Amino acid sequence: MTQHNRAKFRPSGKIQFGIFFQGVNSGTIWKAPESGSQTDFESFRRIAQTAERGLFAAFFLGEGLRLREHLGRPHALDVAGRPDAQTMLAALASVTSNIGLVATQNTTYNDPADLAHRLASLDVLSGGRAAWNVVTTDNAWTGANFRRGGYLDHADRYLHAEAFVETAKGIWDSWEDGAVSSSVSADSWAVPSHARSVHHSGQHYSVDVTPRLPRSAQYRPVLFQAGDSPEGRDFAARQADVIFSAHPKFDDAVEFRADIVSRSLAAGRAANDVQIMPASEFILAASDEEAREKKEWVRSLQIGPQQAVAYLEQFWGRELSAYDPDGPLPEIDPVVEETCETRGSGFHGAKARQLAEQWRAEAKEKGLSIRQFVSSRTARVDSTFTGSYAAVADTLAEYARVGAVDGFNISPWLIPTGLDDIVNHLVPELQERGVYPTEYVGSTLRENLGLATPVRAERNFRLTRSH
Amino acid sequence: MSGTPGADRQGFLALELDGDGSHPAAWRKARHAPDELLNGSRIRSTVLAAESAGFHVATFADGPVGAGSDVVGRVNALQRAAFAGPVTGSIVLVPEVDTVYTEPFHISTQLASLDYVSGGRAGWLVAASGSAEEAAAVGRSFVEGNALAQEAAASVEVSRRLWDSWEDDAVIGDVATGRYLDVDKLHYVDFETPADFVGAGYSVKGPSIIPRPLQGQLPVVAQASLLPSSVDAVLVSTPTTSLLIEELAEVRARRTVVGGGPAVVAELDVVLDSRGQSASTRLAELEAHTPWASSRARFVGTAAELVDFLADVLAVADGVRLHPAVLDVELEELAQLVLPELRRRGALKPVAQGGTFRELLGLGRPTSRYASPAAAVVGTGN
Ligand SMILES: Cc1cc2nc3c(=O)[nH]c(=O)nc-3n(C[C@H](O)[C@H](O)[C@H](O)COP(=O)(O)O)c2cc1C
Repeated sequence: MTQHNRAKFRPSGKIQFGIFFQGVNSGTIWKAPESGSQTDFESFRRIAQTAERGLFAAFFLGEGLRLREHLGRPHALDVAGRPDAQTMLAALASVTSNIGLVATQNTTYNDPADLAHRLASLDVLSGGRAAWNVVTTDNAWTGANFRRGGYLDHADRYLHAEAFVETAKGIWDSWEDGAVSSSVSADSWAVPSHARSVHHSGQHYSVDVTPRLPRSAQYRPVLFQAGDSPEGRDFAARQADVIFSAHPKFDDAVEFRADIVSRSLAAGRAANDVQIMPASEFILAASDEEAREKKEWVRSLQIGPQQAVAYLEQFWGRELSAYDPDGPLPEIDPVVEETCETRGSGFHGAKARQLAEQWRAEAKEKGLSIRQFVSSRTARVDSTFTGSYAAVADTLAEYARVGAVDGFNISPWLIPTGLDDIVNHLVPELQERGVYPTEYVGSTLRENLGLATPVRAERNFRLTRSH
Repeated sequence: MSGTPGADRQGFLALELDGDGSHPAAWRKARHAPDELLNGSRIRSTVLAAESAGFHVATFADGPVGAGSDVVGRVNALQRAAFAGPVTGSIVLVPEVDTVYTEPFHISTQLASLDYVSGGRAGWLVAASGSAEEAAAVGRSFVEGNALAQEAAASVEVSRRLWDSWEDDAVIGDVATGRYLDVDKLHYVDFETPADFVGAGYSVKGPSIIPRPLQGQLPVVAQASLLPSSVDAVLVSTPTTSLLIEELAEVRARRTVVGGGPAVVAELDVVLDSRGQSASTRLAELEAHTPWASSRARFVGTAAELVDFLADVLAVADGVRLHPAVLDVELEELAQLVLPELRRRGALKPVAQGGTFRELLGLGRPTSRYASPAAAVVGTGN
């Protein structure tokens, strides 16, 4: 391929779906009578099998290694409690056959040799369907659950993550192709010197390991990445196969694509090497009007009166339960605390007072109650596709036509039935428009995503790195 | 454990399912090519064969393979057990998990998750790696001797506290107040390694990220020498079969003095006659390739002799864990000749569809240690 072709991004004209089973946050509604258990295996089995019936490329599990807190105690209002990603995915591997199994796992609180081995195990067990969504974890409090303790600052987290990923790739690349004998009468189980040992010696950890597994049917786990800063994007452009992005809106998605294409090229990769699947939510019905009504209903269950007040409490850093959710924003000032890194997401330390004043003024001017204001705030990052099956299918076809994204990572707002209408109604509409697969291309995730087989990297072996 | 030694006692049988069998040369006699060992369908077929043979428990070894072993590949044990969870219905799944070079918080969550995906059929075979290789893999300094027992004890204690950190009724889903959780039923575990800890000390805050496991507490299984307390079943190993029964009786007597005590499980390597070949000939063939250095008692003989021996062992032990020399071969003999005869003699507990590991061990489902009002005050802390 000429340099010119590699540099030019070509839309695939296709959309693929992943399902993101969240297990935390207000996104999944538990208040609806039809909502099921968040932890029973049956919920996972049912939704994974529905996704597979709908030819979804991947089943995602997120990760959070400390329970979310609110004002110094576990957060009471939203769904919480989720199983270990890889353990759950290993179980799902035995009751599914084509869907990819994506485990979000952070690089700060794992040991590279251990995590790489467990991911390789999932990959081998599932017949080449494993993926790792690399995250760096954006808070300090998680460290309190681990031997390492402590916190890495933002810049350090990506240096650490990159060394981690390089080491993992070294571990996955270490066995020769066809290392294990394929004959019942072989003289030895594996060819001698089938595997190279992997060494890494750096600031945060050192690794000296002889890997325990051969390559999988898809060579090695597919790499996803979720993180949005310039450092995060560059890291993805260098290392990832797919970005789990936060940019589902059309213009934003197109811009994000252009940014990733240029970062990929700068990293020496081809324009199409990194796929993009934004987080999204679908609220669908037979007609647009019905879908809009449904959205009101879904939102009222996701952001109820208590959630609206709790949202402000995160920024105020104090209890506001005395305030009427249908009344104006609190007049009292937020608690300002400089050590904001130790608190949950959303709190911005010294900026809190300024922010509170701004918000009060904005709400007053527009005449918004706490609920209305919070609802407008959360709508700004709205990643929801709302409409009739046909209208949403038209919208997605347009994304496919220009190659704004490669697919969507859908968070169902209901467990375990949240994918039913997508699979039953949206998928057929997309198939009619020729933008959605009509069968699984292959049995591995890499094949189903249309990713190239990685080239074995020599650089990882018997190499001591400084970071 | 309930009951006194006698002919009316019924025990359980566990089978170790690692690789192609416990003999290092087992792969040469396996009924498949080497490259068909490390995959999901192999795990499915062996665990289903063990379940349909009537084994109560399957164990999955872990750790690096290499020195002295012919097979150099291994899939993570906990994930093998998890993979087997949804496709089995009665067999208890017990992976070996190391306590020294793994994160206690991860172990606790992974094992709790295994309990969810297996419907309460999970256990934990506690290992404490004394291998320099594993230390180097995670870049930690190597610990040995007494420190191993300390590491294991600390890790088990963290897990147990984390399993209790969500009381059973912590998820309330109260629409009126908008509360999904009752925060008063979640607890910081605030674990700290003891002052005399030999390895690098650490602390774990909690609570867990997953609700209390289905069994409340997963049964913890360990070698008798590793964990002096806090276990639900001890594995007893002797160098020869003749010493086994005596040792089992002694361990049992010692343990029951302290009230109840954990289940006592005998460890046994097994080589059986098969398809017209005597066990000793089969063993000699395997030994000609690679010697089997095992610290366990070894039974080499016919199925009928094994039935008699196991009946004697089960008269003093609560269970036996068998380590078949060659899984494909021994499992077939065990399924056809050994387990049916032991069942006929009434030596085996019935296999309970959907039963839990705790039930198999005769243990009730414990309430969370934090559930009492006094403990809850300490536990919620900040
Ligand atoms: C769409 C998306 C999903 C994410 N999911 C997780 C997750 O499940 N667990 C986690 O620890 N972090 C998650 N993250 C956080 C990132 O890993 C990262 O820590 C954070 O975005 C800060 O990095 P950045 O500054 O590069 O964005 C997610 C981020 C994005 C954008």
